[in-house]
Amino acid sequence: MSTLPDGWFMVVGLEVHTELRTETKLFCGCANAFGDQPNTNICPVCLGLPGALPVLNQRAVEYAIRIGLALHCVIQDSSFHRKNYFYPDMPKDFQISQYDIPINGPGYLDLPGGVRIGIERAHLEEDTGKTTHLGGTGRIHGSDESLVDYNRSGVPLVEIVSCPDIRSAAQARAYAAELRSILIASGASDGRMEEGSMRVDANVSVRRGEDQPFGTRCEIKNLNSLRSVQRAVEYEALRQIALLEDGGTVRQETRHWDEDAGKTHTLRTKEEAYDYRYFPEPDLVPVTPTQAFIDTVRTGLAPMPAERRAALVSLLGEPNDAQIDQLLAVVEQGLDHFVITAVNAGVNAPLALTRTANELAASDRSLDNLDAEAIAATLLLEQAGDLSATQSKAVLAEVIAHGGGDPKAIAKSKGFEHMADGALDLVIDEVIAAHPDEWERFCGGDEKLQGFFTGKIMAATKGQADGKAVSAGLRARKN
Amino acid sequence: MSIVATAESVRTKQTRAVVVADETLAAIEARDGDIHAFLHLDAESIRAQARGIDSQIDAGQHPGRLAGVPVAIKDNLCQRGVPTTCASKILEGWKPPYDATVITRLREAGAVLVGKTNLDEFAMGSSTENSAFGATKNPVDPSRVPGGSSGGSAAAVGADMVPVSLGSDTGGSIRQPAAFCGVVGLKPTYGTVSRYGLIAFASSLDQVGPFARSVDDAGVLFEVIAGHDPMDSTSLAISAPDVMTDIDGGVAGLRIGIIPELMDGSSDEVRARVVAAQDALREAGATLVSLPAPELLLGLAAYYLIAPAEASSNLARYDGVRYGNRVDGADVSAMMIATRTAGFGDEVKRRIMLGTYALSAGYYDAYYGQAQKVRTLIIETFHRIYQSCDLIVGATTPTTAFEFGSKTADPMSMYYSDIFTIPSNLAGHPAISVPFGTGEAGLPIGVQLLGPALSEPTLFRAAKFLETEVGR
Repeated sequence: MSTLPDGWFMVVGLEVHTELRTETKLFCGCANAFGDQPNTNICPVCLGLPGALPVLNQRAVEYAIRIGLALHCVIQDSSFHRKNYFYPDMPKDFQISQYDIPINGPGYLDLPGGVRIGIERAHLEEDTGKTTHLGGTGRIHGSDESLVDYNRSGVPLVEIVSCPDIRSAAQARAYAAELRSILIASGASDGRMEEGSMRVDANVSVRRGEDQPFGTRCEIKNLNSLRSVQRAVEYEALRQIALLEDGGTVRQETRHWDEDAGKTHTLRTKEEAYDYRYFPEPDLVPVTPTQAFIDTVRTGLAPMPAERRAALVSLLGEPNDAQIDQLLAVVEQGLDHFVITAVNAGVNAPLALTRTANELAASDRSLDNLDAEAIAATLLLEQAGDLSATQSKAVLAEVIAHGGGDPKAIAKSKGFEHMADGALDLVIDEVIAAHPDEWERFCGGDEKLQGFFTGKIMAATKGQADGKAVSAGLRARKN
Repeated sequence: MSIVATAESVRTKQTRAVVVADETLAAIEARDGDIHAFLHLDAESIRAQARGIDSQIDAGQHPGRLAGVPVAIKDNLCQRGVPTTCASKILEGWKPPYDATVITRLREAGAVLVGKTNLDEFAMGSSTENSAFGATKNPVDPSRVPGGSSGGSAAAVGADMVPVSLGSDTGGSIRQPAAFCGVVGLKPTYGTVSRYGLIAFASSLDQVGPFARSVDDAGVLFEVIAGHDPMDSTSLAISAPDVMTDIDGGVAGLRIGIIPELMDGSSDEVRARVVAAQDALREAGATLVSLPAPELLLGLAAYYLIAPAEASSNLARYDGVRYGNRVDGADVSAMMIATRTAGFGDEVKRRIMLGTYALSAGYYDAYYGQAQKVRTLIIETFHRIYQSCDLIVGATTPTTAFEFGSKTADPMSMYYSDIFTIPSNLAGHPAISVPFGTGEAGLPIGVQLLGPALSEPTLFRAAKFLETEVGR
């Protein structure tokens, strides 16, 4: 799996920030919404105006506990601290965060392959505003002007810190992917990396043996997709190895991942690191959820991805490798209920899985409101032979496009009708008769012509023919 | 006339709120040129508010408990649309878009918000000399300070410009100027009065409270502003306190503690008046017990670490990015530095540096951490003391009002003027300063009554009693 030079090993820990899907911000009543006009969801509290005070959003506490429970964390009484540093998008010039006593203590996450990654903590904190730098390189240094949008200021975040248990770039990606699925399943977060609602930082170090102490680590920022997590971790480990093999030393620093260049570069060194001067936030009181509340949250928690994958495995019996890949993807994308609904309706599990993993997963439309019963009904028609595979896919596309519908009516409107048994034989005979030279070569062993005949027959039947029946009909005539 | 009587007259149309307002404006006109208690005053707004009260009454409505009563506001409380500066150049010209909760409560009670009063910049000081807009003078002797940091609010009441005002008390900033100006001043139990809209100096210590000419007026104003506020997480979830029902209950049967250390270093004249107060309490049937508590004197050192530490963080937001004054620089960092260098006065800078240092990596445990341990020790000490008594009586300040410039060169001597008031803030307990006669030069002397959390009803009873005995 690893592409590191022989004898080298990497050690990785990830810090994942996820925005919570609360209606309002962490410490005020402003809307927690992405994409609104800049500086419209703001008030004295999230603008840090003189005299304004924070009041903790209890829904954010509930969501943080959901995440903690989903990650098998210890849920504990906690408190907030102030993290002090100056930055224009942070209105109070300090961030309210949790420090020595986070709401979620140690837990773990099991990767689909079975590897267990420790979770150190998952704590609550507020997001900053968003700065856009105009001119220069688009970063603060050398820019002509900076515009700040405080709509994001005070949006609730949970920061999930893994233990340094990750051992490869692929594993880092798998961890981020599994965590993303868990966050979505918990209902606490939408996990949208492209909108920045889930952001990943990676701590990477390397060493010359698995029994050696950890090397000096670098923190990589700006990982905006699962792909960049894997690429950046791989790049960074190789960079550190090259440095060490040349006799150099790794400097502890924060580095920026440049997705286009495929490289990391120094953002700030340890010497330039802030002294955050953490101290207890005097404007807030400790968070002390009762056991009864925690139990209520636990009871209300939806099944997590691992459980949902196990449910699909049990439907399939003994899935093959391709099916395992499919079910991983289906659960990661939260589409497993389509499979389950179809199977419950009588569709065989492999068909339900493969159509969900391909036709549904590949759709660029939102599937949030898609009617699972309509999908199941379509697959039942296919299973019964009333629709060919090709026709079934076309009907599915239509159902997905409209969020539902009656597959029989859609099939009829497309002119898809079940071919009478004799009808296909007639078409096959006609196509063969029309292309005697090709038929002779096919019978002489030119297998490539199978596709030629299948295509002609499909065209003649407007796609209504079943691929398997066509294949069988051609073979029967050949012999 | 008490504020209750004023409100009653306004409500029954024996007088009109506009008349009260004009009298107030005339008094300010007559005195404030010399005193400089006000930083902002808008005569038209005062009259408009008063007309509003009168028209409510004319319409048969009940404008509230403070109908037409003029109240001056310390300029670290946010009032919508009215300049709020904290006596700092960095906030010069800033107008809050919202009302502090105490301002809302005053409006709802029908009070007329007179104007914003002077203070030491960001409430950091004990003389009002740290105001960026000039010092306030003591109405009793203009060569002397009115105390601080709420010097403007104390002087405005002391000079009879307004009957009552609001201040804030972080380490004595209500009680010390009350003592210096000869008025009543209460620092309530932490969490009884909302801090929402109070511009923070040290969040865990700050508390808004009343100044008044009489104990009764202070009690009424306290009842109006107190009570739970969901906008302040540290606000106590209790019903609004009632101090007026039993205010005339007297002191018979009360056990009153005397802490020798809370008299340490007092001048003879201050000590004499405190002893006179003790005698009066004893004669009225209170039991006085001596309870040494040297730990309380450690409060000063702890306070000057905790308060600056919190201040260093609270004042970080004045960076020139969003509001207030901005001094341009080559980049954001240079702009922030230039803004803060030009905008803050020396004392504010001193405390930001002290606080930053106390919180720094490697020093936190020795300074901030240690100070928090002392704070816990002081809370425990009070707990022990209040096993043996209901209240404590002592001096508010070691001396009477001092002369301008006498302590500005030596910050430590200025800090020492808070030594008797600071322990209550560290413990979150209430304390009240009541005028109890004058010293040799005719300068006011305040007696301080301290009590455990939520003991305001008892404090007011004892304060009311002392007020009646002031002639002794």
